Amino acid sequence: MHPVRKQRLFLVLFLVVFSSSAIGLMAYALRGNINLFYPPVQVAAGMAPVGQNIRVGGMVVEGSVQRSDTSLEMRFDVTDFEAVVSVVYTGIVPDLFGEGQGAVASGKLDEHGVLQASEVLAKHDENYMPPEVAEALEASKARMAEQAAEGGYGQ
Amino acid sequence: MWTLFHKFGSPPWLYRLSGAILRWLLPITLLALVAGAVWGLLFTPPDFRQGNSYRIIYIHVPAAVVALAGYYVMAIAGAVSLIWRMKMADIAMRACAPIGAALTFVALVTGSIWGKPTWGTWWVWDARITSMLILFFLYLGVVALYEAYENKALAAKACAVLSLVGTVNIPIIYKSVDWWYSLHQPASIKFTGGSTIDPSMLYPLLFMISAFYCLFVCALLLNMRVEILEREQRTAWVRALATERGGS
Repeated sequence: MHPVRKQRLFLVLFLVVFSSSAIGLMAYALRGNINLFYPPVQVAAGMAPVGQNIRVGGMVVEGSVQRSDTSLEMRFDVTDFEAVVSVVYTGIVPDLFGEGQGAVASGKLDEHGVLQASEVLAKHDENYMPPEVAEALEASKARMAEQAAEGGYGQ
Repeated sequence: MWTLFHKFGSPPWLYRLSGAILRWLLPITLLALVAGAVWGLLFTPPDFRQGNSYRIIYIHVPAAVVALAGYYVMAIAGAVSLIWRMKMADIAMRACAPIGAALTFVALVTGSIWGKPTWGTWWVWDARITSMLILFFLYLGVVALYEAYENKALAAKACAVLSLVGTVNIPIIYKSVDWWYSLHQPASIKFTGGSTIDPSMLYPLLFMISAFYCLFVCALLLNMRVEILEREQRTAWVRALATERGGS
């Protein structure tokens, strides 16, 4: 390769490496602010500010969704399997919101550590399958649980 | 190998080669796009949770994937243009930008349309979506910067630097859903280990991604041919081409 071109090649490589590391360091320094939401474990540890607008995200705990009979008010718990945060929300939730599914709630934490949410979003996971496959999976999971229970008794 | 590389620097050679490629690639691409869309929209099962709304994946994911890959094509063309001062590389770089911008725009809009019924919002400032918006502005920035200069060589130099600096955004977009807590779900198609999308939905998706790659190549070559003709309009071979076409 021609020496001048070789020099330009090094210049190009330097440009890419230098700018990548600069922006990489910047993203690393701002990593807390790039997160869209706090996981419940950080809220429980007091890392989330009280009285400010924040987002809390996690899995909606099975059996925790309670709806009011007279209004659109609802409460539910979100968890990251380490801590739990209770959420109170008045309004309509997306169709995909459900127990055992991901959700992101934005609002203010009150003094009891309950999130007074002004918006609830459903978080979709990366699993895509036809309904029949989902049913079959569900059935085989139930069968395995049954077998595990029987095995426990037999031994 | 170097002779082939130098041939790419020759406008008439590239013009003729791209013409030969487009003659069969363009009909194949259009056919594949229609076939892929029909396959994805009509002959795949609905999703167990989203029902039919997930079908936008057959536009959204291919557009996003090719928008990211197209940026690397633009950056590599930029590097070649900086190192070898090759005019055809300038043209390739400039031709990538509007196509990439269009694909990024399609990915953003389809994502927004899908986000409303699925997440419950049109837009959220999460890492994936924001970095994708930055990609859109990078593409537009290359177009704007190129047009801002009267001198084409100077314009190419500035755009090449911009597109090379911008490459850092591509791995950020790709890994954003794994590095940070985001509303956007992680990738369903995985290079290592099993994909978390059912094969009956995966194959049409892979088919559509390939079709979008072909579409990118077609659009790139078409754009480059126009630019080549415009730049070379005073040369003998373009004049010969014009009289040949005009005379017949």
